[in-house]
Amino acid sequence: MHDLSPITALGGPEPRVDMIGAMTLSENPGLALASVTARLGQVDACRLHLAQLLNGDVPGPGKARLHDPEAAFWMGPDQWMVSAPFASHEDLATQLKARFGDAASVIEQTDGWVCFDLRGDRIEAVMELLCAINIRTMQPGDAIRTVIHHLGCFVIRKDPATWVRILGPRASAGSLHHALVTAMTATA
Amino acid sequence: MNQINRLEGGQIDRARRLKFTFDGKSYHGHPGDTLASALLANGVRLMGRSFKYHRPRGPLAVGSEEPNALVELRSGARCEPNTRATTAELFDGLWAKSQNRWPSLAFDALAINDRLSNFLTAGFYYKTFMWPAAFWEKVYEPIIRKAAGLGALSLHEDPDAYDKGYRHCDLLIIGGGPAGLAAALTAGRSGAEVILADEDFAFGGRLNSETLTLDDAPALDWVQRTVAELSGLPNVRLMPRTTVMGAFDHGIYGAIERVSDHLPAPLPGKPRQILWRIYTKRTLLCAGATERPIAFENNDRPGIMLAGAIRSYANRYAATPAQRIAIFTNNDDGHRTAADLHAKGVRIAAVVDTRADAPSSMDYEVLKGAQVIDSKGRLGLTFVEVRQADGGLRTLECGALGVSGGWNPNVHLTCHHRGRPVWDAGLSAFIPGADLPPGMTVAGAASGLFSTHGALMSGAQSALAALDLETALPDLPRAEDAPASQTPFWFVEGCSRAWLDQQNDVTVKDIKLAHQEGFRSVEHLKRYTTLGMATDQGKTSNIGGLAIMAELAGKSIPEVGTTIYRPPYTPVAIGTMAGRIRGMEFHPTRLTPSHYWAKERGAVFIEVGNWLRAQWFPLPGETHWRQSVDREVLATRASVGVCDCTTLGKIDVQGTDAAAFLNMVYCNAFAKLEVGKTRYGLMLREDGMVMDDGTAARLAPDHFVVTTTTANAAKVYQHMEFVRQCLCPDMDVQLISTTEAWAQYAIAGPNSRKLLQKIVDPSFDISNEAFPFMACGTITVCGGLRARLFRISFSGELAFELAVPARYGDALMRRLMAEGEEFNVTPYGTEALGVMRIEKGHAAGNELNGTTTALNLGLGQMVSKTKDSIGAVLSRRAGLNQPDALRLVGLRPVNPADKITAGGHLMAADGPVDAAHDQGYVTSAAFSPTLGHMIGLCLLKNGGNRMGEALRLVSPVTKLTVEVEVVSAHFVDPEGVRPRA
Repeated sequence: MHDLSPITALGGPEPRVDMIGAMTLSENPGLALASVTARLGQVDACRLHLAQLLNGDVPGPGKARLHDPEAAFWMGPDQWMVSAPFASHEDLATQLKARFGDAASVIEQTDGWVCFDLRGDRIEAVMELLCAINIRTMQPGDAIRTVIHHLGCFVIRKDPATWVRILGPRASAGSLHHALVTAMTATA
Repeated sequence: MNQINRLEGGQIDRARRLKFTFDGKSYHGHPGDTLASALLANGVRLMGRSFKYHRPRGPLAVGSEEPNALVELRSGARCEPNTRATTAELFDGLWAKSQNRWPSLAFDALAINDRLSNFLTAGFYYKTFMWPAAFWEKVYEPIIRKAAGLGALSLHEDPDAYDKGYRHCDLLIIGGGPAGLAAALTAGRSGAEVILADEDFAFGGRLNSETLTLDDAPALDWVQRTVAELSGLPNVRLMPRTTVMGAFDHGIYGAIERVSDHLPAPLPGKPRQILWRIYTKRTLLCAGATERPIAFENNDRPGIMLAGAIRSYANRYAATPAQRIAIFTNNDDGHRTAADLHAKGVRIAAVVDTRADAPSSMDYEVLKGAQVIDSKGRLGLTFVEVRQADGGLRTLECGALGVSGGWNPNVHLTCHHRGRPVWDAGLSAFIPGADLPPGMTVAGAASGLFSTHGALMSGAQSALAALDLETALPDLPRAEDAPASQTPFWFVEGCSRAWLDQQNDVTVKDIKLAHQEGFRSVEHLKRYTTLGMATDQGKTSNIGGLAIMAELAGKSIPEVGTTIYRPPYTPVAIGTMAGRIRGMEFHPTRLTPSHYWAKERGAVFIEVGNWLRAQWFPLPGETHWRQSVDREVLATRASVGVCDCTTLGKIDVQGTDAAAFLNMVYCNAFAKLEVGKTRYGLMLREDGMVMDDGTAARLAPDHFVVTTTTANAAKVYQHMEFVRQCLCPDMDVQLISTTEAWAQYAIAGPNSRKLLQKIVDPSFDISNEAFPFMACGTITVCGGLRARLFRISFSGELAFELAVPARYGDALMRRLMAEGEEFNVTPYGTEALGVMRIEKGHAAGNELNGTTTALNLGLGQMVSKTKDSIGAVLSRRAGLNQPDALRLVGLRPVNPADKITAGGHLMAADGPVDAAHDQGYVTSAAFSPTLGHMIGLCLLKNGGNRMGEALRLVSPVTKLTVEVEVVSAHFVDPEGVRPRA
């Protein structure tokens, strides 16, 4: 076991939590991520593996499959992002590659992203100040790519619906956090 | 001061008193007042001076169409000029000042302009101030700008925050009057997502201003019930204080919500205003109508107002501009004002009706077939002169005159996609045409239905139609349904100094002059006279100008046509365009994994794109950046240095055709690159010029990691995706950017391997034999952390690049520093990185500048002739391969003390210094601590064959002339021994 101590995307030893009004924004470093892209001619095989992994339907465009321990959302044509708890799945990409074999290209994405969990009754108002998605029509299990503060992000509406997960580029975690907190303050 | 003109009733909260200041004088008003209504209630009619002639002005209107009552609102940095007093909600402590006057509003010295009006006609500045030409910009224009204009900017940074937001709906209803409320009720009850926006702070539209009944009850009862029901519907969003200011493409509307303008200052963290981008499937415009004035001589005195506005001030705000008021009208609506005022106890001097068959009244005198032909009063109206039907003149004493020339539907937003309104002869007004923005319909007065019943019904019916609903209409209240007919009467015959555009001081005389001078197109008329070009966009003036133009041209008004309405509907604070994207948050910042460590070390950072990179790491005692950089270079070359190179783009390329794909995008060969090897790659654009360079490391037969320059990371990824999806769709290859997922550090210098051997787990052999130059591999470090190691060198030294998951980057850097103490390890920044690459002769962004070819960079041999690749064919164009083509070479100063500067041009040792004799230019320059003098890289004509030649480096801009010698670009280790050690 290596002895290097990680820091979070916001640079702290522990994840940051901001409580503003009745809303809570939590930095979530406990997520392992890996992208799965079907190889040419291997879409069916790739989807079969994914369906087994998720124990259910493979998410289509705009959708996520909320499942434990592995979950996934649609990223692009024949491409999904799979997530799992970091503590148990730090080697998620390796695990997935072993499962998918030549059916898919698997790429570790864990530290490419910062994950924020936003919870509270006013999340729709917050998201309306941040991005152009129609948050009011998003149901739990919907996932969409959008732009927040010039940053390409994924927004996933979790269950319960008072919870959204926002994945943004890790190196810009501070800027994204600032945008989120500003919008929370403006709507609190 | 007492509120001497405060009436009974109204929608103001008399239980609370609000103190405010105008031009240094204190007054009181009530919640529900606007600044204009409160001033009128306090007996103040004079609120501003006109744009050009500095004539005294008071409010003409009651809403956002107001041209005159513009003030500077708030003080200090929050001061906002040109704020309409008619829409500024009163709050306790409000501070306002009149503008465009000196030294005071009551006595304005620049009112002399009014005496000079014969010289200041339309377009006067086109005809005068012609000579001397140089005076225009430095003398005349500043004087004119000072003398004419509106309010002044504070010149302070705006302390308020603004937001931008996005909302979606099925139906956007613009305007919350009877039509809008009925529509919202209909659509809201159906379950559709509805947004109802109104620029006013109270819904109800004109119902707030009338004494009408609905179902035999005050109209406000219905308004309150309806708003209450709508507020309870989760699918309906009410947006008061929100002006929909533009109809844009694809069903997108811009709307400004004034979140905090009714407060002394925004609450902490709250925005002042929000610019909403509303995405809607359908739009219903219920924007109502604007009353139009009648032009007559001196029709701009304070107290001369639109009749409907006076009615609104009386009924809604319980304020009157005077205790004795006359009405000048050509329609029945003027009589409604007179009746309401009379009921409020205001004396009616007379109703002057241009119609011979005007209705009579038992309560006040009606002068039928009469016209107001002039007015008197220095700072406010005192008398109007009336020409009666029999030609006799009569003077009426009055403090205010309500003028009504009929009503114009507010068609502004229907025209934002170049739609043209059409003329309705019955109304003598333009109504919305057929070419509306897609998805828009119009209801109520905005569509020309002026009765309350018409507004209610058309609103509800339009909502049903817009949403394709087949449900029954909601129960709508009984309302007046008086037929609307407007007989045109635009101006009083013989008038000259009769104001059409009161904000831009355009008179009937100006229109006549423009016509006389040949400006016949309505668009030309507008620009020559500035009619309708002020902040009110001519809402009360355009139609009058068109009417006069039509008469002069012998045409009808529809033949003359209208000018184009454009967004914004009302003025928009520029801050809303920026939102929160300002100052340090102008763009997102990207931090490297070692950022916090570097900050602790006192690094000086530089922005590279969005990245913040450590530029150098000063030590105590170092007072100049060069001291730090020289030390970092020398220490690295002497022992070992570490640099964060995470910012280089990293693209993960996988698939069975990954190698073939790279063979296509790089001009040099990649198909046979062994697993475990890295290769330098050059990427060309389609036109054969160099796009980017980098490395590709083969981690597995079907897996590469490509690096790009920091600046081009996104562009290269985009290019590769284009190639993958569009040019090579039959290839099995997948791409994903992983730039931020990995912290990557360059460890360079003769002791770099020794340092790494303390970090890399023992099971991995990184000796020169096992891990030679350009090797790569997946390893573990520090007891099992997955990592990638590349033996590549940008510095020219024995060097490696080590990558670990980004979250461990901070710890790894600290570990490298700790383990490297015995080697005097030195962190180095981008400056030292740049110096070392120049010393080594490596091309970078300065050389890959979009105008260079592989041949220019001395890399022509890399363009493979045995395979196809993007840009290879066009790189062989004859024009790019001339014998004297630019070549990358080195420069050193003949006198070691001389400077070499990037951007300087090279000339022969003797001869002229001009573009015709240009030999090339310096792309990069640095002081080489290794050599002890400055060095440079340059692109020189036929440079490869000019080694040892003496040239002049010149920079006419900085007056630099330096003797230089052409040398190899490889100043350090030209044989390339060190990186292979």
